[in-house]
Amino acid sequence: MLRLEKRPSPSRMWTALTPVLAVLLTMIAGGMLFAALGKDPFEAIRIIFWDPLFHETFGPYSRPQLLVKAAPLILIAIGLSLGFRAGVWNIGAEGQYIIGAICGAGAGLAFYPSDSIFIYPLMVVAGALGGFAWAMIPAILRTKFNTNEILVSLLLVYVAEQLVASMALGLLRNPDGMGFPGSRNFRDFPAAYNPELIANTGMHWGVVAAFIAVIFAYVLLSRHLLGFQIRVTGQSPKAARFSGVNPNYLILFCMGVSGALAGLAGLFEVTGPAGQISIDFNVGYGFVAIIVAFLGRLHPVGILLAGLLLALTFIGGELAQLMLGLPAAAIQAFQGMLLFFLLAVDVLSNYRIRLAKSEAA
Amino acid sequence: MDLSAIDPLILIASLMVAATPILLAAIGELVVERAGVLNLGVEGMMIIGAICGFAIAVNTGSPFLGFIAAAAGGAALSLIFGVLTQYLLSNQVATGLALTLFGLGLSSLLGQSYVGIKPPATPSLNIPLLSDLPVIGPVFFQHDLMVYVSIGLIAATWAVLKYSRTGLILRAVGENHDAAHALGYKVVRIRMVAIAFGGACAGLGGAYLSLVRVPQWTEGMTAGAGWIALAIVVFASWRPWRVMLGAYLFGGVTILQLNLQAAGAVIPVEYLSMSPYLITILVLVIISRSAQGAPAALGRIFHASH
Repeated sequence: MLRLEKRPSPSRMWTALTPVLAVLLTMIAGGMLFAALGKDPFEAIRIIFWDPLFHETFGPYSRPQLLVKAAPLILIAIGLSLGFRAGVWNIGAEGQYIIGAICGAGAGLAFYPSDSIFIYPLMVVAGALGGFAWAMIPAILRTKFNTNEILVSLLLVYVAEQLVASMALGLLRNPDGMGFPGSRNFRDFPAAYNPELIANTGMHWGVVAAFIAVIFAYVLLSRHLLGFQIRVTGQSPKAARFSGVNPNYLILFCMGVSGALAGLAGLFEVTGPAGQISIDFNVGYGFVAIIVAFLGRLHPVGILLAGLLLALTFIGGELAQLMLGLPAAAIQAFQGMLLFFLLAVDVLSNYRIRLAKSEAA
Repeated sequence: MDLSAIDPLILIASLMVAATPILLAAIGELVVERAGVLNLGVEGMMIIGAICGFAIAVNTGSPFLGFIAAAAGGAALSLIFGVLTQYLLSNQVATGLALTLFGLGLSSLLGQSYVGIKPPATPSLNIPLLSDLPVIGPVFFQHDLMVYVSIGLIAATWAVLKYSRTGLILRAVGENHDAAHALGYKVVRIRMVAIAFGGACAGLGGAYLSLVRVPQWTEGMTAGAGWIALAIVVFASWRPWRVMLGAYLFGGVTILQLNLQAAGAVIPVEYLSMSPYLITILVLVIISRSAQGAPAALGRIFHASH
């Protein structure tokens, strides 16, 4: 019989190794899934993980996409990781992302067609505030009424999805769009556009913000009292209370930061890569960011790497759709599998596996 | 707006149909949570049930077999959650989320060739005497079998939890797993059975959506029904009959807003469509102020180390 023995503290070696192991296991299981769909598994894996970066014809187009797709994932996941560490479960980042985009885009479009240099900073602030406010709903309900923040934040995603549809059809609809749904395209509004900063790199303001967020989170967690409180609360809520942590304040802080970062991600996306508010504006970054946060071990640098990896699966998935006819949903299932395997192999970092004679329990 | 077009009797009849998927999923989750396990993957298990049930019903022409397959599919998916949380001791919140993400992806993969097909019709029951009653008959006694199965499940769950030894053991495991373990009960095995039961119920609920309520297969068709089922368990303070009350209240809100949409209300469609979610949140807030009755070991990891 195999027996699990709890380690006094998580193994450092396995903590670093398990994400790699999980990715390898997912590749094997994903290959089997692709084989079941009648595709060559080796070719599929190569197209997803290798070709976007190194293929002769597709590479030059795909490489810049890596940063474009990774930026919102990293930005959102950094915020989520703070909460997840403290046991505050904001899983409605998708909704905060949408609301950030609506608020930011709305603030910019209100001044169309001004060319003031203050417009874009104003939109950034509006986007962050929008996401922050949307995240404050579950946070305040939790601190005031003890309402479960998991359910409220998630249910608000559906509300936000309806709201973005209504905006695309009503309030923010392009007045010159001949009645088609969708807002003005920010490409035609230079003062509010989020351009590629360095040609052919995919670098835009969202990527800059994501890097800043990584550094900010790293400093917060390793050098700041608040970061220490977040870590203690996650490991032992009781000890944290005795050491003077105010749990309600921590909930508001974690939810607020993750909401504001998700709102920023939405703002940078709508003014740049997406270009406009449309009915199906959100593509699930808020949910995939949950996988990114766990795959990155809730550590800022890990999240940076994990964000790049999952961005790669998005791009590789599109490429596999093009070259193999692999359905888009296959990638979604693949990403879900990754989280499963990660959680499964995590047992290695928290427990020792021992061979034991079976004994009467 | 023409409010007279809304017939209260038809409203009640369609309310029962609208509530059934959530009722089924919620009663399954109630049993899981009473055993001390928080499975946030209800949405994923529902949508897997929806596509499994739909595919089998279309291929065999039998909705009955479809429901069986849906229960099996939901249970199979829930066992992944079970193995991860019970044997590999993973975090239940994260694993439940993974189940939902994976279920949504897998279901749209499985369902690709089923878009736009009509499933075989699930027949409504014709109960002699009862179905022929004036007014009451058409409202309460001319539904399909699953509506009554869901109510039967509520009654059975209530009776088992309250009066049987099995129910007592299940509750003991959910309240204090260490004590239950010390008494010699197999905590992990009991929880695995509860998780599989929850998965099967969620699968049935999903299939009811794709086979009866909609009836069609579209990607992501559960649209938060699984999360609302989770909210209803909290609303019900973990008691079976209150789950039924919660699900029917929710069904009523859903049907009412759909009727208002059809009647051409002045409120835009999108705002009516978000009302069920907002009302669920509102109800959660009201109930949470005094929420009691959560199983004491809910969401805690059990590891028999001593």
